[in-house]
Amino acid sequence: MSSIIARRRHPAVGYAAVAGGLVLCGVLYGTLSGGNASAAAPASSSTQVAAGQKLFASSCDSCHGLDAQGTTLGPSLIGAGAAAVDFQMSTGRMPAKELGAENDRKPQTEFSQTQIYEIAAYIASLGGGPAIPAQSQVSTSGANTALGQELFSANCSQCHGFAGAGGALTYGKTAPSLNASTPTQIYEAMLTGPEAMPVFGDGTITPAEKKDIIAYVTDTRNEANPGGFSLGRTGTVTEGLLGWLGGLGFLVLIAMWLTTKRRDHLKAESEQQS
Amino acid sequence: MSETPEESAAPYRVIGTPSPAPNAVDVPVEPERPEFSAEAPAPQHAKNAERLVAALFLLAFLAGCGFIAAYVGLEIGQSTIPAGADDVVAVLRSNLALGTALAVALLALGTGSMIWVRHLTPDIEIEEERHDLNSAPADRAAFQRDFAEGAAISQVTKRPLLRRTMLLATAPLALAPLVLLRDLGPLPQTDLRHTVWKKGLRAVTLGGLRPLTPADISTPGSMITVIPEGYQDNPDALAKAGVILIKFEPGQLHVPTNYDGGTLVSTMNWTLDNIVAYSKICTHVGCPVALYEQTTHHILCPCHQSTFDAANGANVIFGPAARALPQLPLMLDSEGYLAAASDFTQPVGPSFWERG
Repeated sequence: MSSIIARRRHPAVGYAAVAGGLVLCGVLYGTLSGGNASAAAPASSSTQVAAGQKLFASSCDSCHGLDAQGTTLGPSLIGAGAAAVDFQMSTGRMPAKELGAENDRKPQTEFSQTQIYEIAAYIASLGGGPAIPAQSQVSTSGANTALGQELFSANCSQCHGFAGAGGALTYGKTAPSLNASTPTQIYEAMLTGPEAMPVFGDGTITPAEKKDIIAYVTDTRNEANPGGFSLGRTGTVTEGLLGWLGGLGFLVLIAMWLTTKRRDHLKAESEQQS
Repeated sequence: MSETPEESAAPYRVIGTPSPAPNAVDVPVEPERPEFSAEAPAPQHAKNAERLVAALFLLAFLAGCGFIAAYVGLEIGQSTIPAGADDVVAVLRSNLALGTALAVALLALGTGSMIWVRHLTPDIEIEEERHDLNSAPADRAAFQRDFAEGAAISQVTKRPLLRRTMLLATAPLALAPLVLLRDLGPLPQTDLRHTVWKKGLRAVTLGGLRPLTPADISTPGSMITVIPEGYQDNPDALAKAGVILIKFEPGQLHVPTNYDGGTLVSTMNWTLDNIVAYSKICTHVGCPVALYEQTTHHILCPCHQSTFDAANGANVIFGPAARALPQLPLMLDSEGYLAAASDFTQPVGPSFWERG
């Protein structure tokens, strides 16, 4: 113990403490976020609907109304569909942190995936709406990634950026990055049009085309980054910023070195010798 | 150089001394050169610096060899990379290797040179005198005489007819390159005022190339980019013909208005089942506008933040665009698919000089 006290003012201690804290945060996040629960979306049963109704009554109805008919605080969910519930809750947007037009993605810590399916079954029982896509609908095996790229740049890239890194909308709203979205969430977002996003129903973008888009998004974000840095894949803005600040800064430092006065080491050394 | 050489070199006459000879010539004073010794005053320091510079030059040599090796060794292109490898990644990898090798080589060479100069060459200041730039008066007079003589011999001054016809002969040759500019491309004629949309031409999805029925866009808040059928491989036509279809809830769509032949007309009958079609080309500088927010009905242009109100004739509500997005009249064709009822009634895209 005394040896620790003796060394606590060592210059390396600060760095070690920060590094240790970061590692601890990472480990905690990894264990708490718990990976993706692979609870399959079961066919909705009456028991599931009943369980969902109970969960809804305890956590959702203060904003969405006792019968999900909507209040001044939150929209009606009748006809919203199971896909919308699964999207909003599995991305952690609901329950919302605060009231507003836009909620950010955050880890879902209050509900398990099974509970989300129960609430989704309850909402679906109120009046249809798009269903949660099955695994086979979002699997990208055999998808046409090239067509997905064409569809993505025609319909998605204006807001989400050409590599899905997200971007700005009007009046401070933003289109989120797609880097953490699961294929199911991407499918559900197209189907339901959450928040400001327009709806891309099966009539305008067919289920097969949705698969292609998902394949493009997931392929692109897994693409290798030789050179080490993707710079967020937001393109010329970050690259330009790095070029100007990093590159120009480096050149300024070099220019400073070139023009510094020579240290008089030669003279000093020779005086020392003589 | 704070003073000119003439002033500094002007003879300064002390009263009582004889005046300088009139033909005295200013002999520039040789600046005093400091004593120079090729031996560095600190042998140990110089030795270290020499080794460092040599090491950097060696590094630059190796990196230069590395550049050649990377160019020869790292294959790019689908036909030459190993089967199964990603050609995009191959190019990125090659770029990284070439760039790193070249950067290290140039940086090591430059750093080595700087250390050489700063630590090995003796620290002496050497002055270099600047002389007057203009020639001696005698030289200038000789040139003037030669020029006048040459002009007289050539008869240019004496024969104005020859002089003027010669200038006339060269004038068209000087102008000739200007008319070649015409070859830069065909004149736009009326292309800027029209697109390929015409009555009965179906709208198909961009990418999927499927025609759409109103039922395909049944959910309010839907939006989709469409192009005229059959023009998917015609970039010239597509550049102006891109259209976004937006579906509204009944009652959400305010009376859209659009210019038809210079007059503002109500275009509610241009919409179909609460589906409205707007040009996707921003009226500012022609970026594709498709950042549609279904909650606010704003269409935002990502280039300069021009914002259009899709529920209200795509009028400009913010940003540098000066005109609303032109609206495309919609109709159903005989098979029930969405089609254009006519071309746009006003030019799409950015303003141009003769647009009026």
